[in-house]
Amino acid sequence: MNEQNCFHCGNDVVMADEIVFDEKSFCCTGCKTVYEIFSLNDLTCYYDFENAPGATPQDIKGKYDFLDNESIVSKLLEFQEDKTYIVSLYIPHVHCSSCIWILENLHKLQKGITTSQVNFHEKKVRVTYSPNDTNLKEIVLLLSSIGYEPYISLENYDAKKEAVDRSLHYKIGVAFFCFGNIMLLSFPEYFEVGEFWIEQYKGFFRWLIFGLSLPAFFYSAWGYYVSAWKSIKSKMLNIDIPIALGIVVMFIRSTVDIAFNYGQGFFDSMCGLIFFMLLGKLFQQKTYNFLSFERDYKSYFPIAVTKILANGTEEAIQVYDVDKGDRLLIRNQELIPVDGILMSESTLIDYSFVTGEAEPIEKKSGDKLFAGGKQLGKVIEMEVLHSVSQSYLTQLWSNDVFQKRVDQKYKTITDTLSRYFTPALLILAFVSFGYWIFIDTATAFNVFTAILIVACPCALALTAPFTLGNVLRIIGYKKLYLKNATVIEQLAKVDTVVFDKTGTITTNKKTSITYEGAALTDAELLLLKNTLRGSNHPLSRRLYDYIPNQKKVNTTCFEEIIGKGIFAQIDGYAVKIGSSQFLQHMSENTHKKTKVHIEINSVYKGSYVFNNQYREGLEQLFENLSKNYNLVVLSGDNDGEQKILEKMLPKNTTLVFNQKPEQKLAFIENLQKQGKNVLMIGDGLNDAGALAQSNVGISISENVNVFSPACDGILDASQFSKIGFFLKYSKNAMRTIMMSFGLSLLYNVVGLSFAVTGNLSPIVAAIIMPLSTVTIISFVTVMSNLFAKKKV
Amino acid sequence: MSVIYLLISISIVVAAVFLYIFIRAVRSGQFDDDYTPSVRMLFDDELKKNPNKSEKLN
Repeated sequence: MNEQNCFHCGNDVVMADEIVFDEKSFCCTGCKTVYEIFSLNDLTCYYDFENAPGATPQDIKGKYDFLDNESIVSKLLEFQEDKTYIVSLYIPHVHCSSCIWILENLHKLQKGITTSQVNFHEKKVRVTYSPNDTNLKEIVLLLSSIGYEPYISLENYDAKKEAVDRSLHYKIGVAFFCFGNIMLLSFPEYFEVGEFWIEQYKGFFRWLIFGLSLPAFFYSAWGYYVSAWKSIKSKMLNIDIPIALGIVVMFIRSTVDIAFNYGQGFFDSMCGLIFFMLLGKLFQQKTYNFLSFERDYKSYFPIAVTKILANGTEEAIQVYDVDKGDRLLIRNQELIPVDGILMSESTLIDYSFVTGEAEPIEKKSGDKLFAGGKQLGKVIEMEVLHSVSQSYLTQLWSNDVFQKRVDQKYKTITDTLSRYFTPALLILAFVSFGYWIFIDTATAFNVFTAILIVACPCALALTAPFTLGNVLRIIGYKKLYLKNATVIEQLAKVDTVVFDKTGTITTNKKTSITYEGAALTDAELLLLKNTLRGSNHPLSRRLYDYIPNQKKVNTTCFEEIIGKGIFAQIDGYAVKIGSSQFLQHMSENTHKKTKVHIEINSVYKGSYVFNNQYREGLEQLFENLSKNYNLVVLSGDNDGEQKILEKMLPKNTTLVFNQKPEQKLAFIENLQKQGKNVLMIGDGLNDAGALAQSNVGISISENVNVFSPACDGILDASQFSKIGFFLKYSKNAMRTIMMSFGLSLLYNVVGLSFAVTGNLSPIVAAIIMPLSTVTIISFVTVMSNLFAKKKV
Repeated sequence: MSVIYLLISISIVVAAVFLYIFIRAVRSGQFDDDYTPSVRMLFDDELKKNPNKSEKLN
């Protein structure tokens, strides 16, 4: 074990703050407390499964008081009866086997919990408890205290348990049952062992096979008939038409064959075909249960807020119950759920998620607060102007342009191909029929049906699902989670990449600070650090952390002028820190950058500049992408960083600033009108419209579990520099599909040559069909894995 | 030789039973989460180790 890392959470231990307990080092008291809880309850096994699996518990004082409210709790519960309550909680931190273990042993930590069960993929824990011994609030507080804070948002309110669609599994089961039995029953006739017995029992075997094929034909394959019928009606000619045609013709011909004793029919091939194609569907149906691509403001909003009653008492109420004129209490780090007016003296609101502005905005008493901002100051009070449904953010979201358009249906590559394939197939079938009808009517019908059977594009239809399904999985491991397989096809067609600035090419986590002006001596740094100690302004806090440790000296006079700066006196020195207005020092366009100016004893020293920090590998990524793509940076922020960006990014990058959400959307729309295929990469609510409008919208997220606007894919922020790889890989995936199409057409040609000459026997069909399927599946799997290993 | 009718009916019935079991398993949600149970089954043994371990610590 590395001594430098916290035993509980694995973070680096800062020597000064190190806490040694039980011969183990911890980074903070929070982590130590969790360890203590576990060791007291004999649960230290937690640390055996995984190295440092924990998370530091956050301060949640008062955050879950709303769980005292019975009516809110009952909305969250999944099941409620006298002595048993069941609740499902979403816990973003669930990530390893230790997590599963500790969460399933909750009953040892809290009396009243009967069982708890984890669903790892959904990152949910389902707790059954008895309301007499404990309550939901206690459980949530317990989870938070051991570092597994659940995420409860407005989305959970009235969440109905969605019915799981398992019909595909049933269909596959039935198809496999039919396929397997029919295959076994068909063997005797293939090999024609002992003519006598075959002759005697032929009828029995054949009608049994017929009976067994019925469930597969009517139940398992039903989806294909429906889809084929729909596509004929909409004149789209998708791949399901030849598939459905093949299946139906196979069934009718085989029935006729056995009814008139012509032969044994193709029932085995038919069921095999249905089974393999359903399997392809299942493979493509990879979903990321723990992610949601259709999120709206609800998952971002809290479920309850604290209302201050007329008599001064506080009460937690549901967000939907907030009315105009109510007084609300908003704590630090809480979200403002409705528009309102600030009643407290002042505060700072972080609107970066809504508008893209990097710096928090200062609000004073009487200022209007918009929903969606995060409160960064001390506890504030506000008066409500609009209820939730009428607030700016909610209105913005319900705006039609912000909804992902459903009518934007893309034609998949398979469907494009089948536009040519289907007519060609029908023409071939009729031409051969026309040719044979003059020679022999019976053979003509034989050939006609044989062509439709053998050309049934099983391998063709399987190519795309298996390739894309596999690619989806591989890039999922690399932490780009796509909504579905069609996104990969879209990604391959992209020629323009649009980036948002704040939160996308910059990180929200750290800003680098640089100093401009006359160099400061150590003594002056000491003065600065001690002056900053008293201030709670976010910029002061950051600057305080930035300046190296100094001796502690008491200030003789300290004054903070809100929105301007601080003034302090130490040892006879007068220190002024703040905005240029405050110091009455007007340098060049000061408001463009975030600067903190310094003045000591009325002498202007210089300023600290807060730069947005760009993500690692940004320059390299743009450099690589600029060769093949048009690049755009579309920012909602001011153009303060234009110069830096121009220097950093390739010359042909377009930089656009001061874009409102609607303007971003219009910008993308305009690009599309010029015939561009646009990939939008953004992060916040301000990008939601643009993400929906673009051909592919990928949202980038520091924590993929918590929140991202509706999009086609979610990219883990740590993988930002790999965007180039993903784009290239999607292109290679499409190339794999094309190669595989060639291969499967080759099989079709071989099969057709049997069919056209009238030589297609059931056994040939029974060999060609699975053989082609297996080759195609192994080919695309090997190819897509090979391409994944290739470096960009 | 009519025994073949009997044998084949038995084989079909056996297969049908398996199909029924499969459908029941799907319906009960066994295929919804294919990861957690595989981890969970490894835990029971670890729990027994626990008492000895805490003794050592103290």
